Amino acid sequence: MIGSLGITHLQEIWWIIASLVGALFIFMTFVQGGQTLLFTLARSEEEKTLVINSLGRKWELTFTTLVLFGGALFAAFPLFYATSFGGAYWVWIAILFSFFIQAVSYEYRKKPHNFLGTRTYEAFMFINGSVSLLLIGAAIGTFYTGSNFLLNDYNLVQWQHPLRGLEAAFNFFNLALGVFLVLHARVLGALYLANNLAHPELVARSQKAAYINLLCALPFLVVVLGGLVLIDGYAVDPNSGTVSLETGKYLHNLLGQPLNLILLLAGLVLVVGGVFLAHFKKSTQGIWLSGPGTVLVVLTLLFLAGFNNTAFYPSKFDLQSSLTIYNASSSHYTLTAMTYIALTIPFVLAYIIYVWRAMDAGKMSLEDVSEESHNEVY
Amino acid sequence: MIDAIDLSMVNWARAQFALTAMFHWIFVPLTLGLSFLLAFFETLYVRSGNEEWKRITKFWMTLFAVNFAIGIATGIILEFEFGTNWSNYSWMVGDIFGAPLAAEGIFAFFIEATFFAVMFFGWNRVSKRFHLLSTWMVAIGSNLSALWILVANGWMQFPTGMQFNPDSARFEMQNFWEVLFSPVAISKFTHATSSSFQLAALFVVAVSSWFLLRQRHQQIAKKSIIVACVFGLIASVFVAFTGDEAAHTVGQVQPMKLAAIEGLYDGEVGAPLLLFGIPNLNKQPGDEQPAFHEAVGIPYALSFLANRSFNSFVPGINDLVYGNPEQGVVGVTEKMARGKAAIAQLALYKGARKVGNETVARNALAAFAPNSPYLGYGHLHSPEEAVPPVALNFFSFRIMVFLGVFFPILFIVFLVATLNDKIKDQRWLLLTGIISLFLGYIASQAGWIVAEVGRQPWAIQGLLPVGVARSTLTSATVAGTFFMFLFLFTLLLVAEIRIMLKQIAIGPEEK
Repeated sequence: MIGSLGITHLQEIWWIIASLVGALFIFMTFVQGGQTLLFTLARSEEEKTLVINSLGRKWELTFTTLVLFGGALFAAFPLFYATSFGGAYWVWIAILFSFFIQAVSYEYRKKPHNFLGTRTYEAFMFINGSVSLLLIGAAIGTFYTGSNFLLNDYNLVQWQHPLRGLEAAFNFFNLALGVFLVLHARVLGALYLANNLAHPELVARSQKAAYINLLCALPFLVVVLGGLVLIDGYAVDPNSGTVSLETGKYLHNLLGQPLNLILLLAGLVLVVGGVFLAHFKKSTQGIWLSGPGTVLVVLTLLFLAGFNNTAFYPSKFDLQSSLTIYNASSSHYTLTAMTYIALTIPFVLAYIIYVWRAMDAGKMSLEDVSEESHNEVY
Repeated sequence: MIDAIDLSMVNWARAQFALTAMFHWIFVPLTLGLSFLLAFFETLYVRSGNEEWKRITKFWMTLFAVNFAIGIATGIILEFEFGTNWSNYSWMVGDIFGAPLAAEGIFAFFIEATFFAVMFFGWNRVSKRFHLLSTWMVAIGSNLSALWILVANGWMQFPTGMQFNPDSARFEMQNFWEVLFSPVAISKFTHATSSSFQLAALFVVAVSSWFLLRQRHQQIAKKSIIVACVFGLIASVFVAFTGDEAAHTVGQVQPMKLAAIEGLYDGEVGAPLLLFGIPNLNKQPGDEQPAFHEAVGIPYALSFLANRSFNSFVPGINDLVYGNPEQGVVGVTEKMARGKAAIAQLALYKGARKVGNETVARNALAAFAPNSPYLGYGHLHSPEEAVPPVALNFFSFRIMVFLGVFFPILFIVFLVATLNDKIKDQRWLLLTGIISLFLGYIASQAGWIVAEVGRQPWAIQGLLPVGVARSTLTSATVAGTFFMFLFLFTLLLVAEIRIMLKQIAIGPEEK
């Protein structure tokens, strides 16, 4: 059934799936945002432990979504994986380190004899929450601003900048996107904690933090959206496959595909609406507006990069080396096999939601994480 | 195709991958096996209602969590490293290799991540039965992730179900089921998981032995030993059968690896399997020196292992390098000539396509097709380069096998002594139980050395040498990240061991 679809359809389906996983990952970065809020929100060791344990029920899901995002890109667009990871070496290594140190921090932070000390593991969490998202933002920024690579006749990459990817963080647009992701994660983190905790003071502080961080994030969002509208984009001629710079390319993509415009506006309204609900109405349900809103916005951004004859991983060094979802993808056979595997994703989402609801049926309080409770705690 | 090969960069990249993989493999086998032991302990609790089984479950679960975290951390590094250090590999075989990695994410990692939270934190938040189900799901999820990554590794040892596409200059998948059910993938999965069950059983035996030596938590220790030894014994049977099958498959699809494992230079009919030997480290392919200073073997056993026939011919390193027409063995020398022709024809084809000369392109492609299976050999510089390190494989294999025979004996002795309630007086046995944990780790690592070093110089057996699979990076860059990883791994290993020892010292909750 799926095998009878044309390769173009499969490539587009996989760009949608990869974008969806990427968008869900950005939603799940409320964990990273919560980690950077640890020092501002929590006023005592007990409160810190409460925040950590609330985030600690979810960090693995975020981590796993990132791993799946990588795996899906590897399987569906291996030329992107090879070009970006092997080329923009240092940026990926830095992201990798910041996730590596996160993975042990929850478990080891409070354990006796943990060698590096509680503060070190908390610092690891802060680095993960800030550096990783800053660099992921910069890396995604290159989807619009381009990178410095050359592909030879055998599609093997030669990176053309000595900083090997870190140069992305020195571009104003990329940097703005990175900073926005860090602040946006803090917004989501605050909203998640407001929803998840049974601790009135922490909830109130979280609601305020969501609002303040949104205000801080807005200028960067304006830079990103303004930049997207104004910068030259990498257009692909559908007949010859030639890549050229087109003024207002992403604006054209936005206006030429009304669905994108609707998704973007709806997403932005939801993100902002969630925060307003939390701050002005003192609601704890803000995350359920801002979270889905985030998914819609990220989906739009990735659709703008990949669809409508656009190169999603452009090379500003050599325009014709740029990657499109059509020249970077796996074969028809592999995409077909992968699509069958992807049919199980709704089932996976269903059990995640079921377990999430079962585990979060009651909000988490200081008593839950106290020693007397005899609960397992981080 | 590749302009110049920087060997020192390749070696740093190999060292980095070996470091990460071996470090990862300190934690993974314990996760794979202990997750099932937790499920057994908790099942006993739910069925009997005996609170002692719950305390046992919770104690081992604490140790499981300490180990699990660092396993996850190192796992993501491996996934990234395929891209960062082996980007040519990622492109050239990504069409086949990426699929199991993505499947691993969808099918396995989410099960682990989701149900781990319930298993660890859900004791008072979900029903008893749902909690038990979650513990089982963690065990199943962990072992499913092992399945997919071992399918990927199996394909590196025995590339099947694919074809080279000259237009995209990469290998493309033709048959997913051939990749998934390749005999190497199956024997890899069953052997790696069952040996991991063995290691987890050794872990429980070692920690329990320590309790018995210190005369603490004796009831819990004895109960744990019984469950672990039964599990370990059953696993040992599987280890033996799957190990035999794995060696047989190696004989069929990676004869060079088998020859290196045995230090067999000149092929023989009715070849013996060596029990002991002192390899001659100066021995080179093609020279007249003896391969061993001393060696003792079981006659005909290697022929039987490789071909399931006592009087069959097992090719040696010299046969495989230089060819043996009598036995129908095509040597590396000939494969290299055909590989170099394939590279030239592919370049001609690509050049002709670029300028639109379709006639030349067609002819070049026609000439390329029969030589394409040997494309990878065209990148070798000398036929002898195709020989993996002999002594390392020889010793690693024997360490693994001898320890694999020792462990079931240990499990039986422990089981008998515990059932007769004599275990707490057997000081030497308890000490042996503790030491055996380290032997378990050595056996497990030795197995991977055989699997990976035995495949050298290939990243993908016969198709893609490591020198071609690499990224374009300077050796200083890769050496830099090697030492960054080494530093971080060392720090976290120290932290992990200290936390683990402290948790063991604290022990299970008392009544």
